[in-house]
Amino acid sequence: MKKHVVASTAEIPPGARKLVTVAGRPIVIFNLDGNFFGLFNRCPHNGGSLADGIVTGLVRSTEPGTYTYCRRGEVVRCPWHGWEFDIRTGQSFCRPGDLKARQFNIEVADGRDIVEGPYVAETVSVRTEDNYIVVEV
Amino acid sequence: MTVVLTSAARQEAQPVISGVADCDIHPSVKSMADLHPWLSSKWIEHFKSYGSLRNQHYVTGAAYHKSQPNASRRDAYPPEGGPQASSLAFMKQQLLDSHGIALGILNPLVPSQGVRNLDHSAALCRAINHWQVECWTSKEARLRASIVVPYEDPEASAAEIRFWAGNASFVQVLMLSRTSFPTGNKRYWPIYDAAAEAGLPVGIHAFGNSGLPITSAGWPSYYMEDMVAHAQSSQAGLVSLVIEGVFERWPALKFVLIESGFSWAPSLIWRLDRNWRTLRSEVPHLKMSPGEYIRRNVWWTSQPIDEPENATHVSDIFDWLGWDRIMFSTDYPHWDFDDPARVLAFRTSAEKRQQFFRGNAHHVYGVAA
Ligand code: FES
Repeated sequence: MKKHVVASTAEIPPGARKLVTVAGRPIVIFNLDGNFFGLFNRCPHNGGSLADGIVTGLVRSTEPGTYTYCRRGEVVRCPWHGWEFDIRTGQSFCRPGDLKARQFNIEVADGRDIVEGPYVAETVSVRTEDNYIVVEV
Repeated sequence: MTVVLTSAARQEAQPVISGVADCDIHPSVKSMADLHPWLSSKWIEHFKSYGSLRNQHYVTGAAYHKSQPNASRRDAYPPEGGPQASSLAFMKQQLLDSHGIALGILNPLVPSQGVRNLDHSAALCRAINHWQVECWTSKEARLRASIVVPYEDPEASAAEIRFWAGNASFVQVLMLSRTSFPTGNKRYWPIYDAAAEAGLPVGIHAFGNSGLPITSAGWPSYYMEDMVAHAQSSQAGLVSLVIEGVFERWPALKFVLIESGFSWAPSLIWRLDRNWRTLRSEVPHLKMSPGEYIRRNVWWTSQPIDEPENATHVSDIFDWLGWDRIMFSTDYPHWDFDDPARVLAFRTSAEKRQQFFRGNAHHVYGVAA
């Protein structure tokens, strides 16, 4: 496992996402209210690109005729068959027990620490005064 | 806000065999103006002033909002703009090249076939057929077209088939499953006569505008009910084709049921055959059992494939129906797309894969492998 620097935090403001390739793996990184989450960009159903899906919320119902809309902005819907995944955990909502979008550990690191290493920053030029998103692969 | 959205990193798994045939691709117009080169000013003006009414509730389109924009994948918008599958360049890149597709059958669902003004319907169909040749098949050797016919006017449909017969771009006659009368009804026979004469299979794609509810129990409330009811409309059409004697009259005419599902087919055949043994005196024009006709004259496309918990159950269905009967399809660019690398979730022999992904389609459509 190596720590790869993939973007500065400023590149992915809250509500945004970015698709990056780390060690040959496509990973989509989401910013939910300042927290970063990374999902493998292949839907566990049949491989659709989650980076191209809409970010939405969850419609819940306790009985026919009553609906609540919750978790706004925390759910990504695959652009192919529309399966929904929890951005925070990768959990699927249609088969919660056994199907997950694979998650990657994301941390935010200070530019000064990155310069000292050990980090891989192939495509990102690191400046000591900024913060960076680091994916462990 | 989205900072970067790129599909560039997507790398699909390799298709299971090379030279896959995709039997259901839906090219789209950027707008109906794309058809103007082949429409008279009369019909261009008519469309601008009055539109094209179909046998459905709403003037603007289908009764159900279809889950994703244009019922299509959100990752399938061409980079140069326009709706999904309106760019040949992007279709080549996203579908044909990345999935190893060597033969693709176009089934345009551009509004035309169910238009109530039958002359308008015929004019639109003719224009769509020209557009398929000029904008798609003449520019991409992997693609073949389907003759779109105004099926509620069977004589005009037969004329349309004869107009294109012998043109190598066209490998099929396209109808939709929801016709105003059951598909085997004698009123549609001129279509089958012309198709048989031209040596072309008749593809019947789920959907259409019959004016009748999609289920035999009335209008459903949800899009999901509409989705699963396509099988019902296709079953009713298939039963009608058998019982009315279409396969008896045109023994060599091939029918392809497109996007209708196929898991239901073995049980339908068993039930039909059981009834036929009892009731055959009602249909003395049938010389063989319904199952024998169906196994001789009918093929199915695979998408959307069923996904039971135990994937080998689908393998059983293939065995029951016959590996020579089912042909792979993606339904690109629609949102319920099937990927050739993932569609068979069970192990099977190379020979069967060869039939399913390639051989059956080349046989049915008469395209040299
Ligand atoms: S590939 Fe994502 S829902 Fe099917």
